[in-house]
Amino acid sequence: MSKDREIQVGYIARVEGQGSLEIRVSSGNIEELRLDIFEPPKFFEAFLIGRHCNEVHELTSRICGICPVPHQITALRAIENALGIDVSEQTRDLRKLMNYGSHIQSHILNLYFLAAPDYLGYESIFTMAKEHLAIVKRALKLKKLGNDLVELVGARAIHPTSAVVSGFTKIPDREDMESMRERLVDAKQDAYDTVEFFSSLKIPEFVRRSEHVALSTSEEFAINEGLLVSTEGMRIEEDKYREYIKESQVDYSWAKHSQVVGRGSFLVGPLARVNLNFDRLSDDARKLAKEVGFEVPNFNPFMSHIARTLEVVNAIDDCIKIIERIPLREEDRSYEVRSGTGFAVTEAPRGILYHSYEVGDDGSVKKADIVTPTAQNARNIENDLRELVPAMADLTDEEATLRCEMLVRAYDPCISCSVHYVNLDRSRVR
Amino acid sequence: MTDKLKIAVFKMTGCAGCQMELLRLEEELPLVLEIAEIQYFVMAKRENLEGPYDVSFVEGSISTPRELKELKDLRERSKIVVAFGDCACHGCVPSILNWVPPDVSGKTVYENFEAIHSKKESYQKICPLDEFVFIDIHLRGCPPHKNMILEVLRSIALGAKPFLRRHPVCVECKLRENVCILTFEKRPCMGPVTAAGCEAICPTANRECEGCYGPMSDANASSLAQQFLKIGLTRSDITRKFRKYAGITQAFAGEAGEQ
Repeated sequence: MSKDREIQVGYIARVEGQGSLEIRVSSGNIEELRLDIFEPPKFFEAFLIGRHCNEVHELTSRICGICPVPHQITALRAIENALGIDVSEQTRDLRKLMNYGSHIQSHILNLYFLAAPDYLGYESIFTMAKEHLAIVKRALKLKKLGNDLVELVGARAIHPTSAVVSGFTKIPDREDMESMRERLVDAKQDAYDTVEFFSSLKIPEFVRRSEHVALSTSEEFAINEGLLVSTEGMRIEEDKYREYIKESQVDYSWAKHSQVVGRGSFLVGPLARVNLNFDRLSDDARKLAKEVGFEVPNFNPFMSHIARTLEVVNAIDDCIKIIERIPLREEDRSYEVRSGTGFAVTEAPRGILYHSYEVGDDGSVKKADIVTPTAQNARNIENDLRELVPAMADLTDEEATLRCEMLVRAYDPCISCSVHYVNLDRSRVR
Repeated sequence: MTDKLKIAVFKMTGCAGCQMELLRLEEELPLVLEIAEIQYFVMAKRENLEGPYDVSFVEGSISTPRELKELKDLRERSKIVVAFGDCACHGCVPSILNWVPPDVSGKTVYENFEAIHSKKESYQKICPLDEFVFIDIHLRGCPPHKNMILEVLRSIALGAKPFLRRHPVCVECKLRENVCILTFEKRPCMGPVTAAGCEAICPTANRECEGCYGPMSDANASSLAQQFLKIGLTRSDITRKFRKYAGITQAFAGEAGEQ
């Protein structure tokens, strides 16, 4: 590419939060390339110090309004690990339902509200609705299903309230659960149509092999717990996260950048999960993948959208299975507070989320550490752009700008999340 | 209706949860779009108009000079400004930061805080919107229940004042026929000092109200704090309770402690 080019997006639209993109190419060389997060930092780990361990999940929920559920579950699991609490199978299943509900609503938001307008030539879903009302109605129906599932289990769709340390304050009624099961069964067709619709779009062909990292277990599709595995052979327990993933500060962004020690940037999210756990997807999800020609491993980040659609099918199938086996009985939630350190990793819709806490004898938080999926993806997005930009020589500036935005949206970044994580050591305070 | 309401949605220091609650009007969205045109909403639109707007919903609090400038500017371009959610109204959870000294939150948080801060300023302090500009409507809650969002939209479309409750959560709790968990179970419920609107979600789910809608009108915080002492909470437990969703408000300042 011999052309000079400047791509500037002052405030990236159709992603959560406040970020900008600045790329300058001169005589074919990329002189500057920045995904700039100007979303204000909120210093969560600083003000968590001194709070009680039983309210950490409630507070960290407020890091993100799109993925409050994984923030709650990760915080709860980390605190429970610190206190030595083993939760029941039922609690684990209820949390899975909650997180799957969260994945469904978040994926549908990304697919139809944030991404689809690019592919169909609209500026937003609101203008798209005028000519594609049936598609938009399908999106709204599926999104509502995800939100209602979270609300049924967690008492509120955004910032749920009934999930607490060691269980749930209220167990859903059997009758409500049964009607949710029926709605999930009904939604299968909409989920199939979603896979087919997105597979019919012209997804840019762009392959860049980067390390993909996800949770994994041998028994099931992992979302709330498991080992951390990668396409480059990583296989570690969640408490070893910080030994393998290092962060560094970049001066132009409130988000730090993550890299695998000794290797480099990596990708987390639906594409990594599907690549690493394909054989644990539900039968129907795998069948659909075959029908639409999706093969793993897939290293085209734009294909994250197809991975998202397959995950919606899988989420529905898994939820139906869970509802059929869950006993829904009242349980003893009592536990004793003690000092300890706990770690947890879960899968947020946009990738792995890490929390760790040190708790004192009195139950107060002494140290907090949070790494969000978007912070982990930030460097990888930039590295993708470094290869994507030179490959777009035949596109106009306007088309190239849109293509860069589409790549960012394929990662479904959650910028509010990305600026909160900081590593605060109590010993350095005062 | 010939002239649709011109709506804008802005985000300051917040979590996007209020915008998500707005997008949770899944069944109502097609109807809302019949009476309203969304002109500015960066999270959902690529082509965003400069205004002037009939109504601006502003999510989040103010924590950077950039946000303060944007807030003053959008006020000029908006007939009605809605403080959208608890961050915008009372600072919400991020306002706990106001009790952390800036040198602690900044310098120990980023290994080289100055390097970023010289390029990107932050007050390292959370301020609600009405500290800086006139706010027409306070839409409380973390997040505000979608029925309240509809109430605001409906009222503005009709030229009426929205009916937003400032009575305590207790009223809604009674309407749902819950047994009082403060009186009968001696659990520290913030319902008696918290503005209603959520339909008593937490007590209905057998959980104490944590106060996420901020103070009701004429909240008697010190009286509730006395009750909390009687049922066994320590002074620091009480401070934490009040220093959570609205600690920086005048109504809760006595219990939340000096900043």
